[in-house]
Amino acid sequence: MSKHDPILMPDDTVILARDLTKTYGDFTAVDHINFEVHKGEIFGFLGANGAGKTTAMRMLCGLSKSSSGQAWVAGYDINRQTEQIKKRIGYMSQKFALYEDLEVWENIRLYAGIYGVPEREIGPKTDELLHRLGFENEKKVLVKSLPLGWKQKLSFSVAIFHEPSIVFLDEPTGGVDPATRRQFWELIYQAADRGITIFVTTHYMDEAEYCDRVSIMVDGRIDALDSPGNLKKAYGAKNMDEVFHQLARGARRKG
Amino acid sequence: MEKMNLQKAAENWKFFMAFVRKEFHHIFRDKTSMLILLVMPILMLVLFGYALNTEVKNSKFAVYDPSKDEVTRSMVEKLQINNYFILKKVLNNASEAETAFKKGEVSMVIVFSDHFYENLLHGGYAQIQLLADGSDPNTASIITTYASTILSSYQLELMKIGKIPYQITPEVKLLYNPSMVAAYNFVPGVMGMILLLICAMMTSVSITREKERGTMEVLLVSPMKPLYVILSKAVPYFFLSLVNLATILLIAHFIMHVPIAGSLFWLLTISLVYIFVCLTLGLLISTIVDTQMAALIISAIGLMMPVMLMSGMMFPIENMPVYIRWISDIIPARWYIEAIRKLMIMGLGFKAIIQELSILVGMGIILIVISLRKFKIRLE
Repeated sequence: MSKHDPILMPDDTVILARDLTKTYGDFTAVDHINFEVHKGEIFGFLGANGAGKTTAMRMLCGLSKSSSGQAWVAGYDINRQTEQIKKRIGYMSQKFALYEDLEVWENIRLYAGIYGVPEREIGPKTDELLHRLGFENEKKVLVKSLPLGWKQKLSFSVAIFHEPSIVFLDEPTGGVDPATRRQFWELIYQAADRGITIFVTTHYMDEAEYCDRVSIMVDGRIDALDSPGNLKKAYGAKNMDEVFHQLARGARRKG
Repeated sequence: MEKMNLQKAAENWKFFMAFVRKEFHHIFRDKTSMLILLVMPILMLVLFGYALNTEVKNSKFAVYDPSKDEVTRSMVEKLQINNYFILKKVLNNASEAETAFKKGEVSMVIVFSDHFYENLLHGGYAQIQLLADGSDPNTASIITTYASTILSSYQLELMKIGKIPYQITPEVKLLYNPSMVAAYNFVPGVMGMILLLICAMMTSVSITREKERGTMEVLLVSPMKPLYVILSKAVPYFFLSLVNLATILLIAHFIMHVPIAGSLFWLLTISLVYIFVCLTLGLLISTIVDTQMAALIISAIGLMMPVMLMSGMMFPIENMPVYIRWISDIIPARWYIEAIRKLMIMGLGFKAIIQELSILVGMGIILIVISLRKFKIRLE
């Protein structure tokens, strides 16, 4: 098998991690984690601050190299085929990451260009997107003058503009009110319906309920992984918040 | 296969240009950036060229002349007839000099000895004392130099017409800048500083801004090569510094009458090399620090201060202690400023700047290698 061939994974698996580990000196940030994510799934990646979820996600996106273990994203090896992976994923960071001093359409154009969306498709797709979001009148408005909720919706739409197979969302709804958060999740569902796999970290437990499956990281390990319903049953809990607290109680690292 | 590579190259070029456009948007939409980029260079040139002028015109002086003879009177006249000196006061005794200084009435006092002409005529020896206010040593040394030049040229005249038999006159001649016009000295220095400021400071601040705002992370996740991200940041500042270079040269030449005596071609060549060095310095800074504030402070203290103090822009390098001279040797601006002096003012050619040019090229290569390495490490 040549270096650039995707590995043979089950058809519906888009992320596969095997003993994925990251150490910084003596400190093990991510400790032999194993999981898989299926196509079109909304996969919640939960954990207290410092549990290692951001580090794990950075390795999957190619922002950080793993110390040992392996993982494949969209069929490509995260240590050797980052270039291939980068073309097939979208990413929305914790910090709001559009350019405030560029207009809405300029931001869309820029990111579309970076991800190689063909020139002739950018224009119509931009108009369609703005229509769907109800932002038609804001096309030529500087991003900095939009309210935060709008910016986040825009940021998400930009992250999936090139139709990636997976989009990584790093605490996308920080600082937004519950009503706006629900609207944001509607966008996430729409994307998942189109077949885009969603990998999302969050610390809002109400959001965990919206996921198809969630994994909960404690001290660098994945201590639980199942659908929210099954987890609640297994831990005898009323909601995800209780599940989370039962697991996090045993944590040595406190956020 | 070849067609695909070509297509890929064209695509990369398109991304790259989209990015360069974006950088120009950032700059043109930010009033502070525009102000720094377009107004400050002119302001600095005017400030250093005119306001902080070390050229001394209309200096007021006082005279104590107990001798009051033909020669002393005409010496005082000689001083007055050019526009450097104005006779403000005639003192009645030497001790009044101090009061005149303290009141700030004069910046120089000339004291003649008793029987000045007689002594000069018979003994071939007479004394003049030039007193200046040493609390401003720069001005003091400049005006005393002016005054003694004027006085010794008068002595020379006296000798020629045979009025005095024997006199050794020290010859003071200022090379290249005979009238000691200060702008000559400052223009190369201001060029060195402005280009450094725009390239190194603005580039490092604009890269760290992306780190701070989180957009850098998004770019690093994208298929865009990190090298392109960095290069696209440098391109706009490269062009803007060319605009500034042209502005400075035009103002310096046509308004301040600084000559461009040497080769314009080499002047531009070495400027391009220097701009490149400054850009790589900016890149290096942005790989070391993560915040705009840190980038600003490092550029200001780590780059601007040494350039102001140790590059020979304000103080001659020859007068510095040895270890300061070592530091000044590693400051790119020092070599640039020296080369520009040689090219613009002394009118020397390529051969005279080979050393400076090769040092700058070497620095550029070392810096670009280090900063590209460092940038890669940060991605791990």
